[in-house]
Amino acid sequence: MSEHEHHSHFHEPDSQHAQRALSPIELRVRALEALLTEKGYIDPAALDVLIDAYQTKIGPRNGARVVARAWCDAEFRRWLLADATAAIASLGMSGRQGEHMVAVENTPQVHNLVVCTLCSCYPWAVLGLPPTWYKSAPYRARAVKDPRGVLREFGVELPESTQIRIWDSTAEVRYLVLPQRPAGSEDLSEQQLANLVTRDSMIGTGLPGSAA
Amino acid sequence: MSYQSNADLGGQDVRDAIVMEPEGDLFHAPWEPRVMALVVAMGPTGLSNIDMNRAARETIPNYRDLSYYEVWLTALEKLVLQQGVLGDAPPPPKQVLRAELVAAAISKGSAFSRTPAGPARYALGQRVRTIAVQPAHHTRLPAYARGKAGIVERVHGAHVFPDTNARGLGENPQWLYTVAFDEKELWGERNPKQRSTISVDAFEPYLEPA
Repeated sequence: MSEHEHHSHFHEPDSQHAQRALSPIELRVRALEALLTEKGYIDPAALDVLIDAYQTKIGPRNGARVVARAWCDAEFRRWLLADATAAIASLGMSGRQGEHMVAVENTPQVHNLVVCTLCSCYPWAVLGLPPTWYKSAPYRARAVKDPRGVLREFGVELPESTQIRIWDSTAEVRYLVLPQRPAGSEDLSEQQLANLVTRDSMIGTGLPGSAA
Repeated sequence: MSYQSNADLGGQDVRDAIVMEPEGDLFHAPWEPRVMALVVAMGPTGLSNIDMNRAARETIPNYRDLSYYEVWLTALEKLVLQQGVLGDAPPPPKQVLRAELVAAAISKGSAFSRTPAGPARYALGQRVRTIAVQPAHHTRLPAYARGKAGIVERVHGAHVFPDTNARGLGENPQWLYTVAFDEKELWGERNPKQRSTISVDAFEPYLEPA
């Protein structure tokens, strides 16, 4: 379960079960899970495994490995830009919400930014679950219309001449931004490079960390 | 019958600040991971498909007032009722995601590409115009990109067509294209020194020759 449970401070002193009162939404979730279990649609143990997978195994460190490899290996970079699904699968990442991957490369001339204005489409296979802001109305509303304003909110100021290329994920294609390799990073190992790659830099709302 | 999506937010006047979130800060209440997992685990049962799920979510009247996992929960409750899970003859699950199958199911995913019924109507580099009609059902052409001229930038092959799949009318595979628009086409002339290009992934029925 979530680590948040451990932070819970709603202990009922008089309850033998030391169980706090459940909020209305928690009651709904429990009722739905119980119903779907009873009717034979779900295996509750599978929910635990799913939660663990997205909390501990599938997240932006996966995408960071892809980016670092592309920075170190020109052949891999070409493959990633030509057939991202296959190139990413060669590093052991594939499947759910990453079935049809496209990698888009930042250059000194072009900065890429990914959004899903209609819902919350996001490349789970390489970045895990989307951050709340990615699913929120202000990001979805403004990324397509005022990308520079959005980037400014994230602390990213681009030269006026940089063209911004926004990818609205309106179908089942999922986009991964390949950020520019930081200046002065020539001597870093692939692992050190991966550590500079942030989640936001792979969405386009951030830039990789500095090599200094 | 009218159909109202409350999720089509691109270009709308939403002024709230974007709230940053550190990496790894995935859930904000203990029930949220449970909802995420419930929704994912229901996939293999075939009770609904991804397009039905999206339609169920975007038609929630107070969509904008709910957090995203509340949206997911509300839509799943709605689908469970609609599909007769509480009735005398609930539809049997096609497959139940058992704990030991989760890792394999995640790595496999479910591809949406299909064999096309015919050749692609549009080619790379071709100028096209998106249709201006707002259909009375789930669709994936955002309002801001309707009736706009753009260029076909990528051709993705044929994919499951959400407009029919969401209504239980079959996968009806259609060619899928990335269509790119100059910002001026969508928002009018602004600062000509600051250019942006916006693309959507558009199914062939959303397009006309320009």
